[in-house]
Amino acid sequence: MERILMKGNEALAEAAIQAGCRFYFGYPITPQTEISEYLSRRLPEVGGVFLQAESEIAAINMVYGAASTGVRVMTSSSGPGISLKQEGISYLASAELPCVIVNMSRGGPGLGNIQPAQSDYFQATRGGGHGDYRTLVLAPSSVQELVSLTHRAFYLADKYRNPVKILGDGMLGQMMEPVTWEAVELPSLPPKNWAIKGKNEGERKFILCMELDPRELENFNRKLERKYQQMAEEDSAWEIFGEEDNPDLLLVGFGTVARILKSVVREGKKEGWRLSLIRPITLFPFPYNEVQEMAQKAGKVLVVEMNLGQMVEDVKLGVEGKAPVHFYGRVGGMIPTVDEILQKIADILRGEGRK
Amino acid sequence: MHHEILIGGFGGQGILFLGRVLATAGMIEGYEVSWFPSYGPEMRGGTASCTVIISEEEIGATVTDHPDICIVMNEPSFNRFSPLVKEGGLLVVNSSLIRENCSRQDIDILEVPANELAGKEVGVAETTNMVILGALIARKPVVSFSAAEKALEKILTGKKANLLSVNFKALEVGKSFEKKGGVVSVSKRSDE
Repeated sequence: MERILMKGNEALAEAAIQAGCRFYFGYPITPQTEISEYLSRRLPEVGGVFLQAESEIAAINMVYGAASTGVRVMTSSSGPGISLKQEGISYLASAELPCVIVNMSRGGPGLGNIQPAQSDYFQATRGGGHGDYRTLVLAPSSVQELVSLTHRAFYLADKYRNPVKILGDGMLGQMMEPVTWEAVELPSLPPKNWAIKGKNEGERKFILCMELDPRELENFNRKLERKYQQMAEEDSAWEIFGEEDNPDLLLVGFGTVARILKSVVREGKKEGWRLSLIRPITLFPFPYNEVQEMAQKAGKVLVVEMNLGQMVEDVKLGVEGKAPVHFYGRVGGMIPTVDEILQKIADILRGEGRK
Repeated sequence: MHHEILIGGFGGQGILFLGRVLATAGMIEGYEVSWFPSYGPEMRGGTASCTVIISEEEIGATVTDHPDICIVMNEPSFNRFSPLVKEGGLLVVNSSLIRENCSRQDIDILEVPANELAGKEVGVAETTNMVILGALIARKPVVSFSAAEKALEKILTGKKANLLSVNFKALEVGKSFEKKGGVVSVSKRSDE
């Protein structure tokens, strides 16, 4: 299989086309603009629609319109633009419309900067907008995985009739790695009988996100809750790297940081440390049970993130106090180095690490 | 086999392109590779750098604190990056633009007057990056010469294919400069 060196943003955009996405609405922002640029060229070639909207808010509402007709549709942005889309994402979740929303996140808060960061974890995994809703959140860690998880994102969006977020960062978007384009096989999905196809297309259908009767709205929220439980039961994903059985310490990280932690696991071996890494691939649903299981084997946990400590809260929920959980974070677009993390591990293993 | 290569210079010197050729060549040789650019509000004349990792193993970190190979194309990147080179590593210096000498005794230093070689021997001033690459792989074959040529063929396609021959020539000029022992046949530090 031929390998092609591709930039993360471009690989994601091509994967969206291969997954059947024919509608894209977006507004440029670094570090993800190559997604728009690539699709502006490719979508017309496959009979699709590329539209640069007047704002992120317009783009997400165009996604709502397109998704209502049952087509595969995507938007992408970075931190500040994703914040602008939150009202629309809440409406999409409420109307149970499938779509894919990409966040190649950057340093925040505010306009922040354009360097890689993971500080949008809370926003991504806790819904983001108003109301009691969740979106599936996939966290790729390589350019090849940007491809496979983009396919998976469209599949899961249709399976659950729910928005799916891909949470990358500036590093994943900007870096190049070899990619192979294998055919992707995913289970078949039922027809979208709910979609609005236009006049004379069968019975009248409504796509709404308002319910004035509190009893009915509670029933609807319960339905969403069951859907989120089903996601946790059927579609949480993770990777384990390094020592499986008897590690000295468990590392937890996602996306870009997980790559750095793989280097840490290898370097740690040279120090005589048996390190293990668990990398959540789905951030919602979060693999709580697997994190607890690994944490109990290791007895000590170190969470590394490019934020002030966000996923660490999910790790603690998973670990349930059964092992001490330490944290190391860099922020503002700074990327943690292998050396810094090794130093932190040395402190923890010597018993000097501050929890 | 694991190389961490850091390349720095001015925007416009073809720093990112040089990295892309190296990464593509490594991929052609069957290795795992990654390419990560400095990105930001940068422009011609600003700073540019990128990190290329070529490895037998799955690549973890795509940035490095301790490159084993470092190419510096201008003085700011010389000052910033030359102290980072791993002991026993290789520092390739564009001596046309870097007048300082590196005082480090624990690394191999290859000085290439890339601007002069590109201007006078290749005849195209914009090929400094490929002159440097030719000299680098002659000194330390992280990728083969033919893989570098094949990489250029993969990258320079369509309207850009007419640039292939001049880039091949620049690789050759760099290679033969190194093979001749890095002897400067043109004035090494002419004032421009």
